[in-house]
Amino acid sequence: MLLRHTPKEIKERTAITINPAKTCQPIGAMYASLGIHGCLPHSHGSQGCCAYHRSTLTRHYKEPVMAATSSFTEGASVFGGQANLVQAINNIFTVYNPDIIAVHTTCLSETIGDDIPQIVAKAMTDGKIPDGKYVIHANTPSYAGSHVTGFGSMVKAMVDYFSENTAGKREVYNLIPGYVEPSDMEEVKRLANEMKIDSIMFPDTSGILNGPQTGRFEMFPEGGVSINDLKLTGDSAATIALGKLSSEPAARALDTKCKVPYKLLDIPIGFLATDRLIMAMQDLAGTTVPYSIELERGRMMDMITDMQQYLHGKRVALSADPDQLIPLVEFLISIGMDPVHIVTGTPGKKTEKRLRELTSGMKSEANIKVGANADLFLLHQWIKNDPVDLLIGNTYLKYIARDEDISMVRFGFPILDRVGHSYFPTVGYRGGMRLIEMILNALLDAKDRKSPDESFELVM
Amino acid sequence: MTNNKENINSAEVKKELLKQYPPKVARKRDKQIVLIKSKNEKTEEIQANVRTIPGIITQRGCCYAGCKGVVLGPTRDIVNLTHGPIGCGFYSWLTRRNQTMPDGPDDENYMTYCFSTDMQEEEIIFGGEKKLKKAIEEIHELLNPKAIGIFSTCPVGLIGDDVHAVAREMSEKTGINIFGFSCEGYKGVSQSSGHHIANNQLFKHIVGLDDTVKGSSKYRINLLGEYNIGGDAFELDRIFKALDIDLVSTFSGNSSYDQFANSHTADLNLVMCHRSINYLADMMKIKFGIPWFKINFIGAEATAKSLRKIGKYFGDADFRKKIEDFIKKEMEEVEKVRVEMEAKCRGRLAMIFVGGSRAHHYQELFKELGMETVGAGYEFAHRDDYEGRRVLPNIQADADSRNIEELTIEKDPGRYNPRITDEKMKMLESEGLTFSEYEGMMQEMTNGSWAIDDISQYETEKMIELYKPAVFCAGIKEKYIVQKMGIPMKQLHSYDYGGPYAGFNGAINFYREIDRMINTEIWKHIEAPWKKRPELHAKYVFAS
Repeated sequence: MLLRHTPKEIKERTAITINPAKTCQPIGAMYASLGIHGCLPHSHGSQGCCAYHRSTLTRHYKEPVMAATSSFTEGASVFGGQANLVQAINNIFTVYNPDIIAVHTTCLSETIGDDIPQIVAKAMTDGKIPDGKYVIHANTPSYAGSHVTGFGSMVKAMVDYFSENTAGKREVYNLIPGYVEPSDMEEVKRLANEMKIDSIMFPDTSGILNGPQTGRFEMFPEGGVSINDLKLTGDSAATIALGKLSSEPAARALDTKCKVPYKLLDIPIGFLATDRLIMAMQDLAGTTVPYSIELERGRMMDMITDMQQYLHGKRVALSADPDQLIPLVEFLISIGMDPVHIVTGTPGKKTEKRLRELTSGMKSEANIKVGANADLFLLHQWIKNDPVDLLIGNTYLKYIARDEDISMVRFGFPILDRVGHSYFPTVGYRGGMRLIEMILNALLDAKDRKSPDESFELVM
Repeated sequence: MTNNKENINSAEVKKELLKQYPPKVARKRDKQIVLIKSKNEKTEEIQANVRTIPGIITQRGCCYAGCKGVVLGPTRDIVNLTHGPIGCGFYSWLTRRNQTMPDGPDDENYMTYCFSTDMQEEEIIFGGEKKLKKAIEEIHELLNPKAIGIFSTCPVGLIGDDVHAVAREMSEKTGINIFGFSCEGYKGVSQSSGHHIANNQLFKHIVGLDDTVKGSSKYRINLLGEYNIGGDAFELDRIFKALDIDLVSTFSGNSSYDQFANSHTADLNLVMCHRSINYLADMMKIKFGIPWFKINFIGAEATAKSLRKIGKYFGDADFRKKIEDFIKKEMEEVEKVRVEMEAKCRGRLAMIFVGGSRAHHYQELFKELGMETVGAGYEFAHRDDYEGRRVLPNIQADADSRNIEELTIEKDPGRYNPRITDEKMKMLESEGLTFSEYEGMMQEMTNGSWAIDDISQYETEKMIELYKPAVFCAGIKEKYIVQKMGIPMKQLHSYDYGGPYAGFNGAINFYREIDRMINTEIWKHIEAPWKKRPELHAKYVFAS
């Protein structure tokens, strides 16, 4: 057994986290920064942070993940990181020539209290920032929130630094996609297009973290929101923000700063959340829903009604980030499945409240834990006490899947051992169909493997 | 079969590598890039183990990674507890591919687990010792392991948590061997400082706790600096078993706590990764009298050579014959595959920029394939790993090195036992078996090739553009950058989830892997066929 020390008996823990269901803020900030065209993310801390984040993102995307670091030594940790950051800014613009550097902090630079705007101002005064180039920043101490809130903070920084009221309102809508895959961002843009809505998506990692093999390495590939578009977000008619933790801080800041009203929605996982997105687009832009979208929705309904018997009543344990978890749980319930064990390490009372509301109609009360000590160790213990048919979550769940012989669908971050997530979305109706396909394949493969000879089915 | 090396003017290469840098950066990098000269010319010194330049994209990680990830990462029955915010523990959770095989289904194996105090703002402000103690209590109650290691992350040192005091206190309270590592990420200039800290604490807190002489073989060794990536240690185990060599302990691939505690009873230390483990080898020599020499089990010839060294050390003719017979038998299969693969790889160029010993060791395998390593360098090594330990007296300790504790070790009054006499050692040395020595990577490299320390992203691109190697070896961060350039890239930290590559079977695996990588069809199809057509061409008109 791979997790042989996980006991069935659950004892309350308050200090030790075992097998976490979250990681730290800076990696989310780095991911968000990669969604700006021509941007080099910069980690202001020890170089290990940058190495770990780049490694994890690279394993997840199997793509180049470019980022720089202030490479703190003990000296910098004592005297402050100003010299390191100023030097880094100079070196980065001279050697790599990005349009923009997006600095995020770490537990190290936050603990010593480095003031990034002051350091950037110093770099500016020293002439280290060439004309027309930008340095932005977000505070992302690793000892607060999670990778999700780190993402949210960097997206907000894009508003704080760039959004402005310029030429008056335009019939354009901002789309803040949330901490989702490049494929998901592409899909949300496509839906907006289908709805005949002009949009600015930020951040936008499509084209950057799912780029083509061409035989040429581009440090700053096609793709990403342009700085000009970021500025124009202040002139947009409204913002659609997907995911409370990853998108609302930016949407709210944009409302405050440029009077762009926003509509906060769930990330469109499943048909209910997608329906809400489509209707919000309809309301905001006054457009009609085209037949193409009805067709997509209809196909999804067809798939579910055709295969409902294999989904109904199946018990699911899942771990994901709050902005995904909420619509995912709603989706599972809507197709007749029972999400019985749910953890997310990202803290948030509202997450827990919504999860409890969503699951309140189930046969028995779901096990839900959010935030401190909500980890995969606990999830595994719940499963031992109360077995499930399916696991949904990141690659780390596969140790539980193997030990307990449970089918698994890979979803969320990080996925280190399979491909597809960067190319094929799980949002929208099409993405929902893909999710159902994955869930059915997992369940039916297990059925094929485990059913006795006499009841082995040809047609399912 | 292009080999660009002959057509390149080396003087221009360095200019090209440095030209984009600001002058200060160029001056520093200049000293870390060295052209290998012919045997009768003097190759310049290389600068290594110096600070990474902020903003210059580097391969390097941190002290914590070297300590918790590299040296202690492969230990299965020590609960490795990260004291800090969640990230450090999360990223070092199972990602290094150290394989391990507990003796039985009930034996301890915590490698699949990640333990963290998940430090929050409250602990940053008021101190984290209380939570750390509570975390240890909870681990004790839940798992009751024989040992717990506490690994400090950056904020721990800054807020002044005393992990060593907590370790002592909780050790007394629980009866578990608990020890702390002050391996905050900002210590030193790379993972290297973490190796040193790990060596120190393992030596202080575990080595020498159990004096029982175990096993029945006359040939009792420790293998130091082998981490069982991709099952390397299992292949070496097979070899040692076949030769009736008792492996008392490995630091730290497929290791156990009890092996560490007992390691001082071995009669010889073999050092594989000199950079990460030489401190332990030296300390065990001084305290217990165990001699060490450098070996390398990467490459079939290198493996044979290393086994012969062991034979020579233990001396008896039967043992040496047994080794020769074994090598002969193993080499038959190796040669069959090697000859076949060499025919497809010969004359191609390789580059290796990785780690602290692999950039040297893997040159052996490429040599066996008839491939030349035209550029190589370490991510976190020191000058001695490049130029040999003879330069040690000339290395000036800088502020970053002086911050890492250097233990003062003395002979153990009761247990010091020089395994061989001075005369015997002298005799062996006169026969070419040198102890406490490492020749370094550079002297094995060919005239006109490059040693580059802590290569940057920019230099990586330039080297590839200039030489167009058939294969490039580095780590995960470099993997897809290089492959986007159309060059197959082999990860030599994780082996691209393959391996083993050590020993004789490992060599066979590697030959086949390199052939697959550089000769696979797909590289020929990257460009869409219509791109090869002229811009304008006639279109078909179908007659109606």
